[in-house]
Amino acid sequence: MPSSLSHIRALCAAIGLLFVFAHPAAAQLTFKPTAEAVQEDKLLNALKEGDKITGRISIPDTMASSLIQPAGRDWRDFQRSKLPIIGGVAILGMIVLLAIFLMVRGRIRVDHGFSGTKILRFASFERFTHWLTASCFIVLALSGLNISFGRVLVMPLFGAEAFATMSGWAKIAHDYLAFPFMLGLAIMFLIWIKDNIPGKLDWQWLKQGGGILANGKHPPAKRFNAGQKGIFWIVIIGGVLMSVSGWYLLFPYLPGNVTALQFWTVIHAVVAMLFIAAMLAHIYIGSVGMEGAFDAMGTGEVDLNWAKEHHALWVAEEQAKGRAPSKDGTHAVPAE
Amino acid sequence: MARVKFLCDADRCIECNACVTACKNEHEVPWGINRRRVVTINDGKPGERSVSMACMHCTDAPCAAVCPVSCFYTTADGVVLHSKDLCIGCGYCFYACPFGAPQYPKVGNFGSRGKMDKCTYCAGGPEADSTPAEYAKYGTNRLAEGKLPICAEMCSTKSLLAGDGAIIAEIYKERVMKRGYGSGMWGWKTAYADSPTG
Repeated sequence: MPSSLSHIRALCAAIGLLFVFAHPAAAQLTFKPTAEAVQEDKLLNALKEGDKITGRISIPDTMASSLIQPAGRDWRDFQRSKLPIIGGVAILGMIVLLAIFLMVRGRIRVDHGFSGTKILRFASFERFTHWLTASCFIVLALSGLNISFGRVLVMPLFGAEAFATMSGWAKIAHDYLAFPFMLGLAIMFLIWIKDNIPGKLDWQWLKQGGGILANGKHPPAKRFNAGQKGIFWIVIIGGVLMSVSGWYLLFPYLPGNVTALQFWTVIHAVVAMLFIAAMLAHIYIGSVGMEGAFDAMGTGEVDLNWAKEHHALWVAEEQAKGRAPSKDGTHAVPAE
Repeated sequence: MARVKFLCDADRCIECNACVTACKNEHEVPWGINRRRVVTINDGKPGERSVSMACMHCTDAPCAAVCPVSCFYTTADGVVLHSKDLCIGCGYCFYACPFGAPQYPKVGNFGSRGKMDKCTYCAGGPEADSTPAEYAKYGTNRLAEGKLPICAEMCSTKSLLAGDGAIIAEIYKERVMKRGYGSGMWGWKTAYADSPTG
């Protein structure tokens, strides 16, 4: 018996020793808490791109736990150096392209002249939706451009105080008009998606360059040709990107993280520049660029000859449904 | 004229948060806004360090560079201040600031940002020195009274130093030499990279 007891004692001592050596406290004995404390240099050097030095804070503001975020410099560089180039190339480039196009091609005329007969192209609700979104877009675009470039382009004209007052109102307009813009976007998507599904005809239309460059040559199209479908999808995809990114900027405490906010401002700004450039082309072709095009969103009724040249298949469909004047020019009552 | 800076000797900071409290009290800073905060790195681990951080009053300040309405200005002492009359509460300075200094009252649209508030180095704002109007917007102007920022002045361990950048850097270097270690001049590389002495 006594021998087995001593065995157990020896075993206990061995286990105890094992605990002493295996316990992390034993390892800490070699750590010098003063000399081997965290070093700013090491933390900064170990940071990956876009990362930040964070710690624990005793205040309930999660964003305050970031101590140093060098990525702020990249964001600054984007705002001050890259964005003006992106915006300048996209917007000024588009204006130059459109000016050259107008000089070379001139205004696209209705080849067979106006027939005097009208066909309903956009019903009043469609036009309301278009202009709701369009008017919001114009104010959003101008106030947004003011935030990005107003300091350089506008402030010298009015002085700092008048410019700040104007920019304050522009910011409020930007924040509030975001909502009707998003509403218009959603309605446009619902009412026009059925006519904007890409198809085989679009491929032919694109192969012929939309007949834009040659006079009197019009590839057949249904209600919307490939170019218009392109604009539809640019508006929908661009609009969704603007809405999602803008949502975080409207409610900046939502992500609770400065890196996420930096990311969304960059997305918001870059998409905005491309979006504005695309809309300049849209505005051009819907007004100055093409004879008879503005009526579609103006009065809602376009000339039958214009419709036949640009949307031959759509006119045929409408005539088959009895919603459009037939070839002899007799008026049909619009469906509304 | 001296170029004033902050320097937090993290090896002396005991995370008492007195600098935070003194700042809030001195300037009647509204609830939810912290011009200064203490962040603890590696909390609970051996070698943890606490750093008291506020606006570092950067050379070539990023906030001033990105502000859409140009509401920032740098004083002759190197203090970065801003005008709340011009500020539109867009948040750009917060995105660009490496130190998370800009703070915003949640009084904007849908509870978003109002006019920005940040550490003034106890130097007020563009209003006339030590006036009620200046106090209401920016807090006390201690610099105009010949005093240094309250946070550093009352730091019990003399961890947080404020004053002429060259002098406080010298004090810190002497400390490091004497005790044989130092976790670094937190934020200096980021704030004054282009001019370590400027």
